[in-house]
Amino acid sequence: MTDQGAAEESPHGVPAGPGGPSLQKAPRGRPAEPAEPAPRGFPGGRPPGPAEPTLDVANLDVTYRVRGQNRPAIRNVSFQIGNRESYGLVGESGSGKSTVALALTRYLPRNGLVTSGSVSIAGRDVLALSGSALRALRARTVSMVYQEPGRALNPSIRAGRQIAEVFEIAGLDRQTSTDRAEDMLRKVQIPDPGQVMNRYPHQLSGGMAQRVIIAMALAAEPSLLILDEPTTALDATVEAEVLDLVAGLRADMATSVLFISHNLAVIAKMCDRVGVLYAGELVEEGPASVVFDQPSHPYTVGLLRCIPRRGQRKDHGRLDAIPGFQPAPGQDITGCIYADRCALVIDECRTSPPPPFGIGPDHSARCFRHEEAEGLPRSTPADASLPAPPNADDPIVTLRGLSTTYKNAGSELKALSGIDLTIMRGETLGLVGESGSGKTTLARALLGLVVPDPGSVLEFDGSPLPADLRRRPRQLLRAVQIVFQNPDSALNRRHSVRRLISRPLSRLAGLSGSRLAERLADLVRSVRLEQRHLSLRPGQLSGGLKQRVAIARAFGGGPRLVVCDEPTSALDVSVQAAILNLLADLQAKEQVTYLFISHDLGVVRYLSDRIAVLYLGRLMEVGPAETVFAGPHHPYTEALLSAVPSLDGQRRERIRLAGEIPSAATPPSGCVFHTRCPRKLSTGVCETTEPPLAEVEPGHLMSCHIPVEELRRLQETPR
Amino acid sequence: MTRYLLRRIGLAIVTLWILSVIVFFAGQVLPGDPGRAVLGPFASQSAVRQLDHQLGVGRPLVTQYLSWIGGLLHGNMGFSSEYRSPVAPFVVTAIGNSAKLAVLALVIIIPFGIAGGVLAALYTGRGVDRTISLGGLAASTVPEFVSGIVVIIIFGVALKVFPYPTGSLSGLSAPSQLDHLILPVIPLVLVLFGYIARMARAGTIEALESDYARTAILKGLPRSVVIRRHILRNSLLPTITVIATQTGYLIGGLVVVEQLFSYQGIGRLILSAATHKDFAMLEAGVLVIGIVYMVATLIADVLYTLLNPRLRVGVSG
Repeated sequence: MTDQGAAEESPHGVPAGPGGPSLQKAPRGRPAEPAEPAPRGFPGGRPPGPAEPTLDVANLDVTYRVRGQNRPAIRNVSFQIGNRESYGLVGESGSGKSTVALALTRYLPRNGLVTSGSVSIAGRDVLALSGSALRALRARTVSMVYQEPGRALNPSIRAGRQIAEVFEIAGLDRQTSTDRAEDMLRKVQIPDPGQVMNRYPHQLSGGMAQRVIIAMALAAEPSLLILDEPTTALDATVEAEVLDLVAGLRADMATSVLFISHNLAVIAKMCDRVGVLYAGELVEEGPASVVFDQPSHPYTVGLLRCIPRRGQRKDHGRLDAIPGFQPAPGQDITGCIYADRCALVIDECRTSPPPPFGIGPDHSARCFRHEEAEGLPRSTPADASLPAPPNADDPIVTLRGLSTTYKNAGSELKALSGIDLTIMRGETLGLVGESGSGKTTLARALLGLVVPDPGSVLEFDGSPLPADLRRRPRQLLRAVQIVFQNPDSALNRRHSVRRLISRPLSRLAGLSGSRLAERLADLVRSVRLEQRHLSLRPGQLSGGLKQRVAIARAFGGGPRLVVCDEPTSALDVSVQAAILNLLADLQAKEQVTYLFISHDLGVVRYLSDRIAVLYLGRLMEVGPAETVFAGPHHPYTEALLSAVPSLDGQRRERIRLAGEIPSAATPPSGCVFHTRCPRKLSTGVCETTEPPLAEVEPGHLMSCHIPVEELRRLQETPR
Repeated sequence: MTRYLLRRIGLAIVTLWILSVIVFFAGQVLPGDPGRAVLGPFASQSAVRQLDHQLGVGRPLVTQYLSWIGGLLHGNMGFSSEYRSPVAPFVVTAIGNSAKLAVLALVIIIPFGIAGGVLAALYTGRGVDRTISLGGLAASTVPEFVSGIVVIIIFGVALKVFPYPTGSLSGLSAPSQLDHLILPVIPLVLVLFGYIARMARAGTIEALESDYARTAILKGLPRSVVIRRHILRNSLLPTITVIATQTGYLIGGLVVVEQLFSYQGIGRLILSAATHKDFAMLEAGVLVIGIVYMVATLIADVLYTLLNPRLRVGVSG
């Protein structure tokens, strides 16, 4: 609020550009542009509605009161969503995007307070509504879809009842409500809706649960649908299904959409217009295609550069990470909120907050130097010190017939089944697959945390690798290390950073005294931590810094193979870029081999030399990264690639996978992918015979009955 | 579900067996001589020895244990050295009396405890919550013998509104029995109210903060429906388990209250058996309490399973 006050009073010499300092009156920073452009995705026919927007947020300020202090979470945010328009709000964690959603529905936590501004949905002033009017608004006018569908459903009420409730609020009787609920399930394309009606949430997969939530949200035919990270917790192919569903439903319902996500590609795919939130401030806004193609705020530019795109690989140079950190909540900021991290910063940025400058039609950015934003100088040098290209025939890890079985209450679950795989010395092998594919089990088997079935062969550097961690000599323990997905739970929060990193140095590398101190300092420098971090505990570090500690810990013993299990999945895009750079640099410096597990294909492509694709515990495809991406692909890989929304415009035809991922406890016969394979052969061979993993091109292995030339032909022909 | 139940029952039996071993051998290491305890300090040594022989004291412990456990399995709980008659009728009467007290206590505690806890949760941090939480906590820190004595002095002795001592209930009409039980129930209610209310409060707060509560509220449901249909169903699950386990305590752990009010319950029976070295009575009493605990926790587990769809119906659907 103080900032805002300053904004109004500060006599800054900027020509009262569009929106000028008098933000109160021109909420969008671009006063009275004639008629709004018809939203895309709008099937035409109906006129673009009345002038009144479905959602009008004006100068919204939200603060959280923490330990007696007000911490602004949303600063002077204004945006509008037109009738039937789809608006995307992107931002990293802490940007306040979920707070916006909560403020719109007046569901802020008790310590959250809208200090100024207004919100109107379908013409109603949300912040002024009485209790019963607010309930009516929630029941009829605005509904929401949440990040974790499994937890958003009541665990002790059947799915059908939970949807039917929406109709009951509207006054329908119980039977009609139940029938209408089933209709809604049909609408969200759930197979066998009658059965799903009677299921409890725990009996639904993530994708199904999200469909149930969407059915529930759309049941009341709301004017505004808020989707808060609706696909973040879902697998890529499931995410694609859900996104297609939402896009399809939007076409035949008169609903405006507010789509909140950290994933720029998802927003680009789903939204007409987009707003970029940074530290509670809307720094840029405009049509999605324009913002992502010609970003005009240095933050948007930086964010886009953090994402490996257009087939970018580590040998093309480092990613351009954004330096520094988001301002701490509650920090007093007089000038531009992004000034501290901005490479284009000038004196003016420090003294007065930039107003939203109009750039093009419907496009504005809060930056004094918006015209130069696209030419933002790199903050990370591009030159990557590359490791020597890995020797093509010098395996450090050989797995033959690796199978693991989990036994649970009498039933068996084969997590991995006959995996034959080699990892070459010095390479990065990317391991890709959806949840339940066995990625993590494979990693755990390598680390000796899961004992494989008898008959499995594990070799490390030419000699057998004892399956059980406790039987491994110290030099093997040193040699194989891991970086976990979530540094929060992987690091002992009671230990200082110094102790966390020193421990493998003394225990595994056997160092002590000055040699330990020397190596510690070296490691800390390598992972770009600072001396002052050493005395801190994990709880005092940000997610990215914690992951650096975890990486330093893994490198402490001088490993030769580091398993990176989704090391950046819990991190923001800008932090992810820095960690990926770090991993690439460390590989060059320490000559290690990586097994890099990720569900993010762009990240895998950036870092990996070769890629292995897992499905239900079996290898579908293995090959050099570029070959796997260029094709011909295994049909499963093809589906995975087409499922991932891309920022690059070149939109592939989406390949739909039928049904759900089968359970590994009861894998399908023959080729395990045949139940969902869009290219299944009519001969019936796919159902009966499991195809061998065979070399189809030099170094490129595939497990598919379809001849590779046929696959190439099929995949080159547009469908 | 059936498998689960069978396994739980099997485990309960094993636990009971271990308990029987502990009870039996603990009884043996207690100092003193049963024969002497019965006959008193002035009986002749030969008479004591003869009685000991009759009671089977001299035999090897394992033999004694086997004959005892064998008798138990045939419904023979043994022979009281104090009363010179079979133990069973005493134990049965006592456990019946204890059960009456426990049931009355539960009838009062359950609605008040849950209502108090839920109310506190709905007004977290405000006056209602402070009063209920602090009051409950304060009440449960006061030992039964303190609150019991206060209750006796005020209601039983000074005001004389309720009968004291409670004594035996045999031959009394139901309303009169109730009248007699009011005083001893008060300290029990005071001890358990805070506990149950705290569980209910914690469960409700957790449910209120859950994602599904948010879904229900943002659906536009009235607050009362949200609480009744969406919150309570999930929030009271742990509380139900706690109540069931407390039943074991209410029946078996009331030595102090029963003694204080001279009420013929199982706790008092055991205490007197222990002071009189009446091993058969002691062992039978402790074992019966053990069974009550076992059954109570079993019921708790089964209830929890029945009320929780995640446990009731498997994942494959």
